[in-house]
Amino acid sequence: MKLRDLKSAPPTAWFGIVVIFAYAVVAIFAGQLAPFSQTTIVGMEFEPRSAEYLLGTDNLGRDLLSRMIWGARNSVGIALATTAIAFSLGAGLGLLAAVLGGWADQLLSRLIDMLIAIPSLLFALLLLSIFGTGITILIIVIAVLEMTRVFRLARAVAMDVVVMDFVEAARLRGEGLVWVIRREILPNIMAPLVAEFGLRFCFVFLAVSALSFLGLGIQPPTADWGSMVRDNAALITFGDITPLLPAAAIALLTVAINFVVDWMLHRTSGLRD
Amino acid sequence: MTKPLLSIRNLHIQGRQDAGWQPIINGVNLDLNKGEVLGLIGESGAGKSTLGLAAMGYCRDGTRISQGTVTFDGMELLSLPERRRRRLRGARIAYVAQSAAAYFNPAHTLMKQFTEAPVDIHHIESQADAERHGRELYAQLRLPNPAEIGFRYPHQVSGGQLQRAMTAMAMACKPDLIIFDEPTTALDVTTQIEVLAAIRDAVRDIGTAAIYITHDLAVVAQMADRIKVLLRGDEIEEQPTRDMLANPQEEYSKSLWAVRQFRSEPNPEPAADECPVLRVAGISAEYVRDQPVLRNVSFDIHKGRTIAVVGESGSGKSTAARVITGLLPASKGRIELNGNVLPERLAQRSKDQLRQMQMIYQMADTALNPKQTIREIIGRPIQFYLGLRGRERDEKVRDLLTSIEMEPDRFIDRLPGELSGGQKQRIGIARALAAEPQFIICDEVTSALDQLVAEDILRLLKRLQNERGLAYMFITHDLATVRAIADHVVVMQNGEVMEQGSRDQMFTPPHHPYTKLLLSSVAEMDPDWLDHTLEQRKKAQTDVDN
Repeated sequence: MKLRDLKSAPPTAWFGIVVIFAYAVVAIFAGQLAPFSQTTIVGMEFEPRSAEYLLGTDNLGRDLLSRMIWGARNSVGIALATTAIAFSLGAGLGLLAAVLGGWADQLLSRLIDMLIAIPSLLFALLLLSIFGTGITILIIVIAVLEMTRVFRLARAVAMDVVVMDFVEAARLRGEGLVWVIRREILPNIMAPLVAEFGLRFCFVFLAVSALSFLGLGIQPPTADWGSMVRDNAALITFGDITPLLPAAAIALLTVAINFVVDWMLHRTSGLRD
Repeated sequence: MTKPLLSIRNLHIQGRQDAGWQPIINGVNLDLNKGEVLGLIGESGAGKSTLGLAAMGYCRDGTRISQGTVTFDGMELLSLPERRRRRLRGARIAYVAQSAAAYFNPAHTLMKQFTEAPVDIHHIESQADAERHGRELYAQLRLPNPAEIGFRYPHQVSGGQLQRAMTAMAMACKPDLIIFDEPTTALDVTTQIEVLAAIRDAVRDIGTAAIYITHDLAVVAQMADRIKVLLRGDEIEEQPTRDMLANPQEEYSKSLWAVRQFRSEPNPEPAADECPVLRVAGISAEYVRDQPVLRNVSFDIHKGRTIAVVGESGSGKSTAARVITGLLPASKGRIELNGNVLPERLAQRSKDQLRQMQMIYQMADTALNPKQTIREIIGRPIQFYLGLRGRERDEKVRDLLTSIEMEPDRFIDRLPGELSGGQKQRIGIARALAAEPQFIICDEVTSALDQLVAEDILRLLKRLQNERGLAYMFITHDLATVRAIADHVVVMQNGEVMEQGSRDQMFTPPHHPYTKLLLSSVAEMDPDWLDHTLEQRKKAQTDVDN
């Protein structure tokens, strides 16, 4: 992407970029920004907002603002890692299926179909209750489930490129599989894949949060936006919006990413207006 | 003096490009009387189709009519409300597009789509009347079995039949004006002649006026009463067909007429004991078991010579190339490179065997990776086969660019999207040359190009052949190309070689019957050619019947 393109970006895209940048800063410098540690109990349970605890304290008396800040690193970090793995796996296999074709394509596609056929939340719950609830396992389970969508997209867009004469020319030259995939096909399907990366990231984020809310995702005392909603849910009944703040943090990031993705899709597909 | 049916005055059309507007048509005037056929001719980008559509008061998305008037039968189309214009289209002005297959709805029968305009849209006929009228038109356009062909779906009829069905559709409401936009360009020559004859007779019979758009001079010579030459949105000249053919006034028109004159010096016959660069010996091949698409095909290609493989679509000429390159393993027969048998499959061939044989494609657009610069596209085979890197490799890329007549400094860092069609095809040639091959397969390399550009490419290929002793295999359906460049001709039909021999043998009688059919189907510049050919065929047919 060139700087020139950035300048012509619409305000919505700018908004998205700024928000994503802010989240990144908060996540990276969580240790410096947060006034307290994410696990220390600093006061009474459910203390109201004050000069000391800007957002009050949670159900165990931990500073909510600090946990929000740490949550940015934990939740966003995990979602990013998961999406990256889902993409490497899904795009890799999808490209392989498109280039090899024949039985390799059939085998991979049917396996993926099987994975898709199982409702993903149920499947995740099942796997997590079998393998336990560590962060690594969480990342792998969600990555495998999300990988299926990436596989389908990568395979479909790669199919359009595989039939091009320049791919045939590379094959006739005697180029290996890796070259054909990396140099001939991948640059031509980057645009939809990048757009999909943004969208997948949102879904992974929601999946992690949902599982955490159910108690199977990120385990206490690690701060995580999903579980923070659950922990403080009781406050809602007293008309306090505090539990909605972590939810709002998730929503804002999702919207921001979608703005950026929309802009990129528009740019690459050459759509105007 | 009667008023013309269609009168276009000082028409300017612009197309949106980036932020501004670029001119497409610069002030063209056009008059068309009732029952008259006007031929519009020019290279791609000349604005022929844009002008044709403007005659219906229509412009494509991203274009606008900035100035001028289009008057049809006393009505100023451009100032009419869109609703009134829509009522004219299909009823009084009709349009026939280049690729009928893309314009038909695959989910409806031909007759249903035929009756849509007169019955459902313009309400001028009852369903039964429209269907009867449709069958008459099908018969008039010489479609086989006109009573029943309407029940078929578009994919159940051939390309030539579909094109005629589309012409019938255009005539459904007995329009005063039909615009034909390259209606036979996508067809084989033997099919084209039937469609041309059918269209011309039908236009004469119903007395409609027509604008006939094409880039093929010989075709327009058969169809049009007058010819107008366009170049980049400007009118070059307009004359009655016979005058235009006999005596074009402007330089540009003359250059268009001269294109077909290019003939290369034939290369000397090879010595009888010379080992051919490539020998194809008794090849058969099939995609589906026991349904061969190639049957016992054999030919030799010698150093420094050009062999042309000619045939219509479906004749197996492209499949032959796939077998030679190893993409499709042959079920019988063998291929020899310099006397050594080549492994059937691509994966089993050595790097040097692959290097010796290169390919140039028909569609330069899809043959070059749009995300790689010219440096990478030409540099890769150099690096891959010859092991050169960095500066040495760049040196070589520059040499190659020079030899295909493109300035290295200007082009080396461009992407294919920043080149014209002819330039892209040159890059395709340079990529093939980069491997320093002995033998190049040219798959319809000129058929997607304008005639002037195509001729430049042929001249370039010829020069490179003389300089480097290359052997070419030209796959083509265009006999003009064959006549221009081939030393040896192989005629194929239905996967079999019908006849082969030197260029002179092929173009002088006696011919094999299929070769004769092919040769006689190539349109000539003579305006009487279509009548003569049809007459001869009819006579030959009656001779056979008697």
